[in-house]
Amino acid sequence: MIRFFEFTGKKFISIVEEFGKVMLLFLSAFLWMFRKPFRFRVIIKQMEFVGADSVSVILITGAFTGMVLALQTYYGFRMFGGESLVGATVTLSMTREIGPVFTALMVTGRAGSAMAAEIGTMRVTEQIDALYTMSVSPIQYLIMPRILAAALMLPILTIISDFIGIVGGYLVGVEFMKINSGIFMSKIIEFVDLADIFNGLIKSACFGLILSLIGCYKGFYTKGGAAGVGKATTQSVVYSSITILISDYFLTAAMF
Amino acid sequence: MIKLVKVCKSFNGQKVLDNLDLEIEAQKITVIIGQSGGGKSVLLKHIIGLIKPDSGQIFVDGTDIVKLNDRMLNEVRKKFSMLFQDAALFDSMTVGENVAFPLKEHTRLSKKEIEEIVEAKLLQVGLTNVTHKMPSELSGGMRKRVGLARAIVLNPQIILFDEPTTGLDPLMSDAIDQLILKTQYDTRSTCVIISHDIASAFKIAHNIAMLYHGKIIQSGTPAELRSSNISIIKKFIEGTSA
Repeated sequence: MIRFFEFTGKKFISIVEEFGKVMLLFLSAFLWMFRKPFRFRVIIKQMEFVGADSVSVILITGAFTGMVLALQTYYGFRMFGGESLVGATVTLSMTREIGPVFTALMVTGRAGSAMAAEIGTMRVTEQIDALYTMSVSPIQYLIMPRILAAALMLPILTIISDFIGIVGGYLVGVEFMKINSGIFMSKIIEFVDLADIFNGLIKSACFGLILSLIGCYKGFYTKGGAAGVGKATTQSVVYSSITILISDYFLTAAMF
Repeated sequence: MIKLVKVCKSFNGQKVLDNLDLEIEAQKITVIIGQSGGGKSVLLKHIIGLIKPDSGQIFVDGTDIVKLNDRMLNEVRKKFSMLFQDAALFDSMTVGENVAFPLKEHTRLSKKEIEEIVEAKLLQVGLTNVTHKMPSELSGGMRKRVGLARAIVLNPQIILFDEPTTGLDPLMSDAIDQLILKTQYDTRSTCVIISHDIASAFKIAHNIAMLYHGKIIQSGTPAELRSSNISIIKKFIEGTSA
C-alpha cells in the first residue's frame, strides 16, 4: 500500500515538475519575443514550415473529413427527413470542432514532431550549447519563433480546413446526394454564426501554442543521443495530441 | 585571466569536481589533461558558464561569472568562443553560413564584408571551396576546421577547445595542433584545451594541468609535469595502466 502511494506521489510530483518547466519555457519564450534582435526572418521561415508546408495535408484531410461528415449526416438525417440540415451540420461541425482539432492533430504529426526531433538533435549534438557560447539565446532563436509561428498559422490552416471541408460537404450533399443547393446554403446561413467560426479559430491558436510548446520542450530537454531524440519525438506527438483533445473539451465548455 | 576557486559539482550524487582550484594564464595555451569521463568537459563548460557549479567561484577577468544572470553572462561570453568535440556545426546551415553566424549576430558588417571574412577564415584553417557545402558532406577533420574557423571569426580573447584531436588520424591531429598554435600566436588569445592526447598536449601547451578525481593535482609547464613525482601523472604521461 505504501509502495502504491509512494509511486503515485512520485508520478504526481514529476508531472507537476514537468508542467512547471513547460510553463517556465513558455514564459521565457514570451519575454524573448519583445527583446532585440526580433528574429523576423527566423519567424517567417517557421511560419512557412508550420503553415505553407502543411497546406496540402490540410486540404486533403479537410476535404475528405467534410465529405464523410456530409455522407454520415445525410444517412442519419434522412431517417427523419432532415436532409436539408446536412449543410448546416457539416459547417457547424467543421468550424466549431473538426476543423480546429483535425488541423491541430495533423500539424502535430507533421510539424510538432519535427520541432522535437530538430531541437532534440541540436541538443544531443551540442548545437544548443554552441548557441549559448556564441551569446545567442536558444530560447529566442529556436523556441520563440516556433511557438509564435504555430500560434499564428494554426488559425489560418483551420480556415483552409473549414472552407475545404464545407466544399467537400457541399460536393457530397448537393452533387451526389442531390440535396437542393439553395436549401443547403440557406441553412448554413441560418444556423452558423460568425462566433462559431471565430471561437474555432481561437481554439486553433491555443492548439498551435500547445503543440509547439510541447514539441519544443521535449526537444529542448532531450537526453541520451539518437534514442533520446526518438523518445522525445514520440512523446511530443502523444502528449500534444492528448493535451489538445483534453483542452478542447474545456475550451469548448468555456466558449459555446 | 581565468581563475576557478573551490569549484564543486555533482551529478546524481556523484562528485565530478571536488573543491577544484585552477588558474589559467592569459594569452597562453593551457591544456587540461585527465582520464576519459573524469570531468574535463564539465570543467570546460563551467568556464564558459554552460554549467553552474554547486559551490565555488569562477572568475573571468576578475568577474565572478557564477553570480551573473543570463543577460550579464551573455555579455561575458562575447569574450569567448568554443570548439566542440564534434564541432557542433549547425546542420541546417551551409559551411559559409555556419562561419558567418557569429558575425551576423554580433556585428553590423555588410553581406559582402561577411563573405570576405568567412572566406579568409576558412582559408586560414586550410579550407577552400567548401563555403556552399553542408556539414554532413564534410569529413571529421574538415568539420573541426570549420568549427575552428567559426570559433575564431570574431577574434575572441579566450578560445576553449573540447578534445580537438579526438577521433582524428595522426596527420590530421598534427594539422589541428598547428592550427591552434598558429591561431594563438596570431590572435594572442587565451586557449584552454581539454585533451587526453598527451603527445598533442606536450606539443602545444605553455601550461598543463592534470585533473584527477575532481581536483587539479598538478599544474605547471610541460617540463614540470614531465618531472612530476606524482605516480598517476607519471603513468598518464607514460601511458601505463599498472
